[in-house]
Amino acid sequence: MRIATVQSLKVAAKKARSERESIKTEVLVCAGTGCLANGSLAVVESLERSICSRKLTAELKLGLKTTGCHGFCEKGPLVVIQPKGIFYKGVKPKDVKEIIEKTLISGEVIERLLYRDPNTKERIEEYTEIPFYSRQLRIALRNIGKIDPGSIDDYIAVGGYAGLATALTEMTPEEVIDSITKSGLRGRGGGGFPAGRKWKTCRNAPAETRYVLCNADEGDPGAFMDRSICEGDPHAVIEGMVIGAWAVGANSGSIYVREEYPLAVKHLQLAIDQAREKGFLGDDILGSGFSYDVHIARGGGAFVCGESSALMKSVAGEVGEPRAKYIHSVIRGLHDQPTVLNNVETWANVPWIINEGAEKFATLGTGKSTGTKAFSLVGKVKNTGLVEVPMGITLREIIFEIGGGIIGDRPFKAVQTGGPSGGCLPEDKLDLPVDFDTLTEAGSMMGSGGMIVMDDRTCMVDTARYFLEFLVDESCGKCIPCREGVHQLHCILEDICAGEGQPGDIEKIESLSDVIVSASLCALGKSAPNPILSTLRYFRNEYEAHINDGKCAAGVCRNLFSFEISEEACVGCGLCIKACPVDSILGEKKEVHRINGKTCTRCGACRNICAVDAIKVV
Amino acid sequence: MTNNKTINLEIDGRFFQADEGMTILEVARREGIEIPTLCQHDALEPVGACRLCLVEITHPNWKGWKGLVTSCLYPIEEGLQVTTNNPEIHTARKTLLDLLLARCPEATYIQKCAAEYGITATSFKKREEETTCILCGLCVRVCAAKGCNAIGATGRGITKGIAVPFRQPPPDCIGCASCAHICPTDTIKYTDTEDLRKIWGHKFKMVKCVSCGRPVMPEKQLEFEAAKAGLDAKYLTTCPQCSQDQTLATVQSSFQSKTVPGGSLEVAR
Repeated sequence: MRIATVQSLKVAAKKARSERESIKTEVLVCAGTGCLANGSLAVVESLERSICSRKLTAELKLGLKTTGCHGFCEKGPLVVIQPKGIFYKGVKPKDVKEIIEKTLISGEVIERLLYRDPNTKERIEEYTEIPFYSRQLRIALRNIGKIDPGSIDDYIAVGGYAGLATALTEMTPEEVIDSITKSGLRGRGGGGFPAGRKWKTCRNAPAETRYVLCNADEGDPGAFMDRSICEGDPHAVIEGMVIGAWAVGANSGSIYVREEYPLAVKHLQLAIDQAREKGFLGDDILGSGFSYDVHIARGGGAFVCGESSALMKSVAGEVGEPRAKYIHSVIRGLHDQPTVLNNVETWANVPWIINEGAEKFATLGTGKSTGTKAFSLVGKVKNTGLVEVPMGITLREIIFEIGGGIIGDRPFKAVQTGGPSGGCLPEDKLDLPVDFDTLTEAGSMMGSGGMIVMDDRTCMVDTARYFLEFLVDESCGKCIPCREGVHQLHCILEDICAGEGQPGDIEKIESLSDVIVSASLCALGKSAPNPILSTLRYFRNEYEAHINDGKCAAGVCRNLFSFEISEEACVGCGLCIKACPVDSILGEKKEVHRINGKTCTRCGACRNICAVDAIKVV
Repeated sequence: MTNNKTINLEIDGRFFQADEGMTILEVARREGIEIPTLCQHDALEPVGACRLCLVEITHPNWKGWKGLVTSCLYPIEEGLQVTTNNPEIHTARKTLLDLLLARCPEATYIQKCAAEYGITATSFKKREEETTCILCGLCVRVCAAKGCNAIGATGRGITKGIAVPFRQPPPDCIGCASCAHICPTDTIKYTDTEDLRKIWGHKFKMVKCVSCGRPVMPEKQLEFEAAKAGLDAKYLTTCPQCSQDQTLATVQSSFQSKTVPGGSLEVAR
């Protein structure tokens, strides 16, 4: 039913809250993409069946809910039991019976399903005490894991659309813009442009029609912040957009989301339909006379379409190639009209700022980077997942406290931030505060929030080569420096990794990179040399070792090293013999094993499996 | 833009005035200042793909911000300072041509342009598949401007190419060969005989000049042009040469009769 006034929103919120409060025990099952892949739907089905057949809903006042991503994807499927906050990881359908009998009926905790801290080895019962969660501060991800993303009532129950009501009835558009400006909110998609200034310019641009768009074309390898928000709390994005549209004076817009995010598309569409039905989208929103509607534009998965001007072309049905932005899209954007484009995370922050106040947001983080930032923490880190932390927290805190350190406690080598065009930072930069400007100064960038942790078995030349390969594939091909130049950089890196590097290659990379940075048309090309330039800045010796000595000390570039088994370390367990796919390791049980260098393909299977670190790179 | 506001700007130390809405390249060309381009054509909207027209600007407002911009796209602004050549620009243009030469070592036009920057052989790895297409996009843009949109770009990055839909003779092609004429590297080929024009896999029947019998244009183009101009096709069936001859004859005869066609004015002696 349509919610036509602010008063009826308050009534609806009260009703939804009291319904929630009538539930004594709530079982929250993560149905984010990671947990779904791990089989969480089977857990949900099993729980539903058991609860129904035993008629527990009424008896225990039980609520079962599938939620968005809890963030700790590595440990999925995750089940959280509220209000106690019991956190079960790796739950299988066969565990359901025990969960019902022991935890839900008898109130006992099942030890083996609890998370065990990899450092202290202790089992942790409560959600909030797990270091992965306890260090986080969630604003953009505030509702994810707590509400059912398919239910607008659930969103309303936790205060959803109250920010919109405040903006529409108690604030002028200018006041909304002032509030966003005061909050210091900067675009979370990579550019870090102040949102308030963007909105103001758009509002002041003379035009009949304006657009407010959302960029959900998250394309960085290993990044899934925006996907999780769209899947887990789609109404927060829509509410943010309507507030933004009210502020700039736009009546329509789109959410540009990639087709490879089927669950995000589904949940966004469902949320749009529900919001229309309730009257949060469409004409005369909450009786204010203001109208705004939003449509989903599905992207075909080209990375470059995350670039604002290419995105707008794609939304308009043209080829998704960037244009020069000498006239900004806030002046001339979609269909040549003033357009505000912010990404998913930025929009999700907006209702919180209106509800909680700009000052509160501005006190979080550092001077010029306020609030929080969501990161997808991946790579060689123990706790892989989605985290949201206040700006200004150090890389060390994220990787070693929230992330639990490096897998196998190997030495840390580098962290790559900012997506494919970001940079790699070494150990001595771990105490840098994570904010827009510090990361840029250090030669990397915030980007949209990808964070890839690397250990000593990562070759930095190969890492740069990998990111360049991605960018060669994703360059739109419109301008010469990006299309031809990045391809040539990649060719040089491939040669170096294959052991065919030449003296002078480093200088050639540097001078070509300079031209690509200064001459490319869009940000993709301008930042494409970043993976090389940052690794050259901090790991130049690795490039030199590859070219001059023919050595890859990390044991990655196969033409540049060989494996040997350390006589002192080898215990003769035979694990490596079993792991070797080409039968190149010989040795008797409890005797030192040997590698036949002639047939060894240097795949590294032996090194990965060896429990005593006896496989050495020479 | 319709207003005629005058903008003052400086290019290479000289001061100029020009109408608002013009680009740096337009003003520079008007003043005889040379800026190289490969993807620009006066009849088409600029896109900034080749990047050869890079110039350095010092912005009057952004705290004297300096940087390279494409002059074909950058709209002039009051107080803008432009440098059309300096060592950084020279290096950028030289590198761009070096990169193009690696892509199309056999394209004579690119060889000639590169030679002007002292490059006779590319310093980069040559592309494996041979091509002379530099992906300037002029062909696609001229086809779109004509109103046909018969050809387009496919793929992206280094695998990008100019192609026809489904690799079949494009149904929207009228055989005008504008794409071939505008191509700076002669990559798009067509052949004409008395009766036929072959292009993009099509064989277009040619219309003969009503006066001399020489081929004028493909029949399909004639229909397209006549419909576009709202004219009867018969007005377009004279070849350019005969058309010129006829005009000349008309003018000559009117001079001899001392009257201007359509009027009775005496022609001054």
